[in-house]
Amino acid sequence: MDSRKGKTIDTVTSDSKNIYLQLFASFFKIGAFTFGGGWAMISIIEREIVDKHHWIERDDFLDLLAIAQSLPGILAVNIATAVGDKLKGTRGSMLAAAGTILPSFLIILAIAIFLTPDIIKNNRVISSIFMGIRPAVVALIIAPVLTSAKAAKLTWKTIWIPLITALMISLDLGWFSNPILYIVLGGLGGYLFWALANKQIHSKNK
Amino acid sequence: MGIYWKLIWAYIKIGIFGFGGGYAMLSLVEKLVVSDNKWISEQMFTDIVAISQMTPGPIGINSATYIGYVAPAGYDPTLSSPLWGILGSILATLAVTVPSFFLLLYCSHFIRRHNESGAIKAIFGGLRPVVVGLIASAAIMLINKANFNPEGTITQLWTSIIICALAFCLVYFPIKIKNRTIKFHPILIIILAGAAGYLLYGI
Repeated sequence: MDSRKGKTIDTVTSDSKNIYLQLFASFFKIGAFTFGGGWAMISIIEREIVDKHHWIERDDFLDLLAIAQSLPGILAVNIATAVGDKLKGTRGSMLAAAGTILPSFLIILAIAIFLTPDIIKNNRVISSIFMGIRPAVVALIIAPVLTSAKAAKLTWKTIWIPLITALMISLDLGWFSNPILYIVLGGLGGYLFWALANKQIHSKNK
Repeated sequence: MGIYWKLIWAYIKIGIFGFGGGYAMLSLVEKLVVSDNKWISEQMFTDIVAISQMTPGPIGINSATYIGYVAPAGYDPTLSSPLWGILGSILATLAVTVPSFFLLLYCSHFIRRHNESGAIKAIFGGLRPVVVGLIASAAIMLINKANFNPEGTITQLWTSIIICALAFCLVYFPIKIKNRTIKFHPILIIILAGAAGYLLYGI
């Protein structure tokens, strides 16, 4: 079944009008069927874009991924934008991004219309279900703290950074509890540390 | 109408400073939407995270759409018609995506040229430990009475702690059975916790 699909797509890609539709449809499918956000989406996007449609070489895809990761925003949308831009410029990127956003937008909108805060609070069955779910959600956020700490290769010299960040943000100290402050400080600190180390190397060389 | 400008401004900030993926973004959402503006309650915020986990798509979009829908009515009861909610969800979703869309279009060439440069690497090296702290702060802010003990009984507090600990073990430690490692999917854990909640409090 897959090989037949691949053939029809190959004949379609020559038609430049249809590639917009294909691009939108591909990312719509990716948005509609991947659970768990950006990281889970990467392998599915790679399969769809590189292996199935042959739109982009694997090396190029990895380059785009690096760019999508280094810029802020929603990772899946960033990847879609980068792939669409690479293939068909601004119009392609808009369609790919819209395709990624639209399924979750429509699904959540439908849920929001029917599952209002009042229903969650006042319906006995639903409120009891959510009372069980809420502590589990906390666990689902504690787990990535540990996995990201491992990935960041924290040492005794750097572990104070996440500790102070987490402490300050969770206290209610107005401006000092603003996450944006720590994002800016982190980037700035990384840059200054690098610039200072560079300067020392240069002065030693002299 | 002021609520819409506030929503747009909050979600522009979330989009522009949202480094490090969905979970790191949560601390920004919680700060701007729950603590500062009180558009939704702590419980509602946790519920949205749960709903986002169980539905497809990125958590950033899911939270923008849901919060955009409920915020106008929470801010001003005269805006409780679904149409005002739909307008809010469209605006919030656009606000969180459009800035990074243009950043990507216009900065990707710059980043590509300088991706190997020491300066850019150093900036992201500095951001990495902060992202760990951002995710941790989201978790810490969610450990509260509204989520663990809304009825104010000791039994419920302990029940919630046990659910949280069990859920953590299932999602974090892979189980090895006959050379196969099984890792529980977050959706399955939410379903199990929901079933436990129904059995414990619903009957």
